[in-house]
Amino acid sequence: MAVASPSTVMNNVEAVRHTLYEALKNDERTLVLGEDVGARGNVFLITKGFIEEFGAERVIDTPLAEASIVGVAIGMAMEGLRPIAEIQFADFIYPAFNQIVGEAAKTRYRSNGDYTCPLVIRTPYGGGVRGALSHSVSIEALFYHVPGLKIVAPSFPSDIKGLLNAAIDDPDPVLFLEHKKTYRLVKGEVPSGHYTIPIGLADVKHPGDSLTVVSYGLYVHQAIEAAKRLADEGLSVEVIDLRSIRPMDRTTILASVRKTHKLLIVHEDNKFGGIGAEISAMVAEEALFELDAPIRRLCGPDVPAMGYALPLEEEFMVSTDEMAETMREMVRF
Amino acid sequence: MAEATTTPALERHGLSDEQLRWILRNMLLQRTLDNRGFQLNRQGKIPFATGSEGHEGIHAGSALAFERGADILVPYYRDIGLCIGIGMEPLHVLLSMFARAADISGGRQFPNHFTNHALGLMSISSIIAAHLPHAVGAAYAMKYRKEAGRAVLATFGDGATSEGEWHESVNFAAVQSLPIVFLCENNEWAISTPREHQMAIRDVVDKAEGYGIPGEIVDGSDPIAVYDVMKRALDRARSGGGPTLVEAKCYRFLSHTTDDDDRTYRSRDEIERHRHLDPVPRFERVLVESGVMTTDEVSAMKREVLAHVNDVTDRAEALPYPVASDLYTNVYEGTHEPWL
Repeated sequence: MAVASPSTVMNNVEAVRHTLYEALKNDERTLVLGEDVGARGNVFLITKGFIEEFGAERVIDTPLAEASIVGVAIGMAMEGLRPIAEIQFADFIYPAFNQIVGEAAKTRYRSNGDYTCPLVIRTPYGGGVRGALSHSVSIEALFYHVPGLKIVAPSFPSDIKGLLNAAIDDPDPVLFLEHKKTYRLVKGEVPSGHYTIPIGLADVKHPGDSLTVVSYGLYVHQAIEAAKRLADEGLSVEVIDLRSIRPMDRTTILASVRKTHKLLIVHEDNKFGGIGAEISAMVAEEALFELDAPIRRLCGPDVPAMGYALPLEEEFMVSTDEMAETMREMVRF
Repeated sequence: MAEATTTPALERHGLSDEQLRWILRNMLLQRTLDNRGFQLNRQGKIPFATGSEGHEGIHAGSALAFERGADILVPYYRDIGLCIGIGMEPLHVLLSMFARAADISGGRQFPNHFTNHALGLMSISSIIAAHLPHAVGAAYAMKYRKEAGRAVLATFGDGATSEGEWHESVNFAAVQSLPIVFLCENNEWAISTPREHQMAIRDVVDKAEGYGIPGEIVDGSDPIAVYDVMKRALDRARSGGGPTLVEAKCYRFLSHTTDDDDRTYRSRDEIERHRHLDPVPRFERVLVESGVMTTDEVSAMKREVLAHVNDVTDRAEALPYPVASDLYTNVYEGTHEPWL
């Protein structure tokens, strides 16, 4: 499936699939395990055909038990393999919480480097797909508090390839979040050949002068769309795609804030204790006197989940119109 | 099980006199190290200790069945004898107790949470049964690499068999027919919760049938019987025969830890009723009555073991703590800073 041209247009699901395929092809230590990743080829068909090419011992249909999907992968990683575990939906990750937080994140630390845990846990997250309470959640804030873990959430095909390769190569556990609404919605050029994007680097996806918008996931795409609308109105907005949530890119955020003097953070996960709170605190600590307006956050509301009914889902999600309106208010502040 | 007045006849199961003496020394060493931990705690020299008194037969027999340089041990925190039995130096038990920098975890881990990658001794947390999926993953790695002749030995207490990860792990290993032996050291107590509040069955081994794997009960007070069962189970795993659940029955003679007081939940009578199961004096009698060792030789061995434990106690105590800046290392490879 890899094509020997300089780049190929792919959507996000194809970018994940392409990168996993290359990893399995190039390194016998890698294997994929999870629910329905084998014969079914994953519920989004990401691993379709892999079991025929790489065999059932490398594309493992596991029992339906998330704690052991992660836990078994930890044991594989501790013994020198490079497992890529899949949690079918991020909403199903809670039974594996201890394995991720209590075990994977502490393996290197508690053994003082005697054992390491080079593990990738991939999972689709996010709403706007009529996924209701248990197929829509964002989980990043539950995990970004945890030293020992890395968390990435790229949402462009080329970033997905570079960061998934980096995650697979990484000597420590990485939680790899894929916004499921972007899977087939977002397309872009993906360079051929193996490359990595360093975990922890944000990317300015839309340059501007009057307002810094920090986002990730689906909302980056909406924020770029909103910034383009404002550009048509003569208002200049910079959109930063965080891409990595832990570690996070202070340098890029601060450089932008020192230029624009205003900061808006947009994320789908709920506001209280979310990623935006940490970014706000960091900017307040490092660059308070650079700010010409209060920091604002546009986030999911503080309710347990988005409902199945369309009005409930729409109320939860931040629309591009809302983003554009908030941006206008802040630029004019 | 044997009554107080009888000493089981020696059934060697192919073991030489030298191996039988090795078993007794391992048991004495564990008992002495256990006592040392409680003594150091009562002297105010270490904050915490956990003992394995009553488990010595399981540890010595299992350690002898363990293939050094090939097998992997994924223990729990009540496995001092097993860990030294597979080659860990007793000094490391004391380094762990004193939380010294020279401890392999650098003084991070609680006592008895050993790690020694070179010996195949996997690092664990204190979370009950959370290590069992790791054991299964290690066994998967062996099978995936077609490393015949290797197996994983994973241990846990009776309480662990209530945890979801226990069931998930046994099931995963059974489905994939992995080279692993699950060894339950059933000492009847999970801190203060007795077996009958932990499960509605008498024998943990009954759980094996639900996962389609063989199960075997063994008298954990008899190290040779344990060796025999564990050797067969490990050999089955090493030769592609899949997992086995072994239940070794024993009794926990001490409180759960130095922070526990078992007088609050079990009677002194109960402990005395189990005293005849104490594996250490029982095995001493077996060796003496069968003529493998004289009482003088046993006494000399005890003196040698005590001198060794005294020596490693002094050596460990004299070594330095980790320094404060060691808190920040080995979070990741590279910097621990969350902001780049």
